[in-house]
Amino acid sequence: MPIGLITPSFIVERNENKCIQCQVCVRQCANEVHWFDEETQKVFAEDANCVNCHRCVTLCPTSTLLVRKNPLEFRENSNWREDIIRSIYLQAESGGILLAGMGNDQPYPVYWDKLLLNASQVTNPSIDPLREPMELKTFLGRKPETLTIKNGKLHSSLPPQLELEIPVMFSAMSFGSISLNAIKSLAQAAQEVGTYYNTGEGGLHRDLYAFGANTIVQVASGRFGVHPDYLNAGAAIEIKIGQGAKPGIGGHLPGQKVGKAVSETRMIPEGSDALSPAPHHDIYSIEDLRQLIFSLKEATEYTKPVSVKIAAVHNVAAIASGIARAGADIIAIDGFRGGTGATPLRIRDHVGLPIEFALAAVDSRLRQEGIRNQVSIVVAGSIRHSADVVKAIALGADAVYIASSALIALGCHMCQKCYTGKCNWGIATQEPSLVKRLNPQIGARRAANLLRAWKHEIKEMLGGMGINALESLRGNRLMLRGIGLTDRELSILGVSAAGE
Amino acid sequence: MKRVYVNPEFCLGCKLCEIHCIAAHSKHRNNVLKAFKETRFRPVSRVIVEGDNLNSFAVQCRHCDEMFCAKACITGALQKDPKTGAVAIEESRCVGCWTCVLACPFGAVFRHYGEKKYAVKCDLCGGEESDPACVKHCPNEALVLRE
Amino acid sequence: MQYVIIGNSTAAVGGIEGIRQVDRVNPITVISEEPFHTYSRPLISYFLAGKVHEQQMLYRKHDFYENNGVNLMRGIKAERIDPLNKRIVLNNGAQISYDKVLLATGGKPYLPKPEWMRKPGVFTFTKLEDAKKIRESIATGDQAVVVGAGLIGLKAAEALNLLGMQVTVIDLAERVLSSILDSTAAGIVQGYLEAKGISFELTTTVEQVFGENRVEGIRLSGGKEIACKHLVVAIGVVPNTELVLNTPIKVNRGILVNSQMQTNVSDVYAAGDVAESYDLLYRAHRVTPILPLAYTQGEIAGKSMGGGETSFNGGFAMNSIGFFNLPIITAGIILPPSSGYKELVNYLPGQQSYKKLVVHEDKIVGFILINEVDRAGIITGLIREEKPVGDILAEQLLQDNVRLSCLPAAWFSKGLFWGGKAS
Repeated sequence: MPIGLITPSFIVERNENKCIQCQVCVRQCANEVHWFDEETQKVFAEDANCVNCHRCVTLCPTSTLLVRKNPLEFRENSNWREDIIRSIYLQAESGGILLAGMGNDQPYPVYWDKLLLNASQVTNPSIDPLREPMELKTFLGRKPETLTIKNGKLHSSLPPQLELEIPVMFSAMSFGSISLNAIKSLAQAAQEVGTYYNTGEGGLHRDLYAFGANTIVQVASGRFGVHPDYLNAGAAIEIKIGQGAKPGIGGHLPGQKVGKAVSETRMIPEGSDALSPAPHHDIYSIEDLRQLIFSLKEATEYTKPVSVKIAAVHNVAAIASGIARAGADIIAIDGFRGGTGATPLRIRDHVGLPIEFALAAVDSRLRQEGIRNQVSIVVAGSIRHSADVVKAIALGADAVYIASSALIALGCHMCQKCYTGKCNWGIATQEPSLVKRLNPQIGARRAANLLRAWKHEIKEMLGGMGINALESLRGNRLMLRGIGLTDRELSILGVSAAGE
Repeated sequence: MKRVYVNPEFCLGCKLCEIHCIAAHSKHRNNVLKAFKETRFRPVSRVIVEGDNLNSFAVQCRHCDEMFCAKACITGALQKDPKTGAVAIEESRCVGCWTCVLACPFGAVFRHYGEKKYAVKCDLCGGEESDPACVKHCPNEALVLRE
Repeated sequence: MQYVIIGNSTAAVGGIEGIRQVDRVNPITVISEEPFHTYSRPLISYFLAGKVHEQQMLYRKHDFYENNGVNLMRGIKAERIDPLNKRIVLNNGAQISYDKVLLATGGKPYLPKPEWMRKPGVFTFTKLEDAKKIRESIATGDQAVVVGAGLIGLKAAEALNLLGMQVTVIDLAERVLSSILDSTAAGIVQGYLEAKGISFELTTTVEQVFGENRVEGIRLSGGKEIACKHLVVAIGVVPNTELVLNTPIKVNRGILVNSQMQTNVSDVYAAGDVAESYDLLYRAHRVTPILPLAYTQGEIAGKSMGGGETSFNGGFAMNSIGFFNLPIITAGIILPPSSGYKELVNYLPGQQSYKKLVVHEDKIVGFILINEVDRAGIITGLIREEKPVGDILAEQLLQDNVRLSCLPAAWFSKGLFWGGKAS
């Protein structure tokens, strides 16, 4: 075998003074990093296999282990960076497309971090959410042009709406890309907190029908798992056109992940690759999209809002306008940092737009066209914490989708190796021995805790701004100031500079 | 009475329960590092994990009503506490004849060899009030203490 | 209601605890020939070896009788039972009447030549008194002969060896522990004991005991003579049935009992080494003098006497015995009595490890484990529950560590698992 040029990315350090040779690490590493040598009765590590997922570090009962970035350095070069050299070695060996999991990790600016929130001082009172009511309730769906009130009560009938107790939903992740236990965790958390999770293009496993009222069922280009019961089981239907981690391309669930349960749920043969085409082969125009939207509305007798999800791309505002006019009730926009279970690395890292710009552009455009009320806007693509949520609402979003943060709550350590199917945390895997590592009771508790924590924080921030209802913040860009942004960026975002 | 039950659906076979059981029963109570590194006669685990990563479960004393172990005990060291219902062993009265090992249908009585040999089994870490070490440290909540 | 229990060992304690599970009120009288608080008979070899003190031999705590409302008559022997008048005649001339009586008189040493016992230096070895007498009599370096290579004999030999004596064990059988071990296992044990300094004379018997004022030696049937200062006769025990001689109470080898531990005479129960009860494996009534069975039978008898619902499903032999640091566990039928039995063996001579299962009609009916005894109770459970293990499972139990996970989960999951499906 010719010499391989790929050196380990990580080094596993074992403190021999603390290691008790209990072999928990050996038993817990699906990448077979740790191994026990019978002869010396000692545990050793194969560094090259390590993906730095921290499973061993976390479970080690004596805190013996440390995983470091391999300090081995290439000659310093701002152009030929280490990751670039390594990827060339990899491709020179494999001849294949480089794959990646989770979202874009490149050092593009994070615009959320360049936006600052306002707070009340003297001239307007702030509100203490522990003492006074604070409303975060959010309705997603088409809002009528006018409302008629009779005898103090709403008279006009409203189009179907999703009702959220917190403007945060769990974004689309399919059964196949993540484990059933991960989905169960999110579904139960959504039910407990009063929000929604999204099936992705994985169909709805029979165990999940019980969570139907908190489910958004997705219809994507592969149409996997789509049937009348599925459409009617959810609270809303989402047509997936694209996603931020791989705009313009389809999905590929390898056959080895298509076990019995995935096969039944997706309605495809066991062991077969699940290939989602890049486009919907019946959608080549806004008119075609309208047909699908109304087909789905017909199928569900106009009882459920229909969402259309797109990746944030260059002319996102015009596309969103078209989608609104095609009859969608919700537009979900996924920024270029959106995560995934598997995507070509170069696409993940080089295609799409920051969600902050896409959101600002879409919200402004729909307002200009006077159709903002016709659709709700949900944004996704790396909403990391409650301040990101508040900034997104102020920029014009009705709600946000989170996925990576939700998975981190379940135990994800962002090793980005989802595509290997060997997720040591039981999330991005279908291997039964790994799936069982995620107890959905624990997962649901943690995911629900995350949402509850964010809810408290959102209320604190709103109170600070003197706002007692989230509705008053929606599109209220006066509450935002930009920092370190160019005039052009500020004008696209529609916010003033800090100090203005 | 309360016992430790296992949900095999979520038992990972990691054996952390065994490790923490040993620590809890060492003289360095609950300090894993000292229990393993500083103890000449390390206690044996009162819980045993069976199976592999895919199908596994932990087994410890069921404190069963039949109490085959106590009926077989030649010294009277093993008896059911009439108040709590827990089957307990007085290690000082045990002579290590292993008749309880012969009698327990769960294989939940273990042999301790040290300066003195005696049988050991799950003592619920002293009571039902708080979770025993195995339950406390099960990373996936596969072990529970319940009626 | 007056309960009377004759005997004060394991079956009697089982009887007391059995009665008290269903009747906390009515008085219990225990008639104990020995003058002691109940103590553990198997511990006498530990006592002899100096491993436990007399105080550590108590089978139940000091307050046991008081807590259970028991009137203990120590050092008094029940001479005769009069079931017609429901009375027991005591050796002090007194009589006590009973409503329900449990005969738990145990066993007594089998003595082929009772006249040997008259010679000083000759002992039996079943009671605390025996152990005390031996301790008083012996000195380091003495030569001792033990007649009988059974459980009692070998435990006595071990204790004497530990006390620094030169010990020879004699048995009529061609191997040691012949009732619970096959010849391979017996060979392992014998070799181990020989390495510790114990000598054996097998397939032979004591023809003559020398000595005028005290035992000085013996002659074996082959003519060989062995000098000794002490002779321990431990050939076996037989049910101690004297009490029921000339009564309508039926005796075969032991007192015959049904599944409630009742004899054929109403209100008379028997349990323990004196009883002949149903054996699950032999499917017949047998005397099986082992402690776990004595307790179990005593408890069942007690519960029945108190009016409780209970039933004895049948016992079988099981023994855990250790010599020095060699653990041995056996149960059930260890030598196939007929052709329908299969023997599965896993023998690692170098490690003194021996595992054997005896299978009959898909069920395990017996096993021998030497050294690798951990979790043996799982196999005992399979025998007790008469589980159809089949050959493959039996082979697995034999080749790997004994464990539950090779059995169908349904056999053990109840009471162990919660939630999740059994896999």
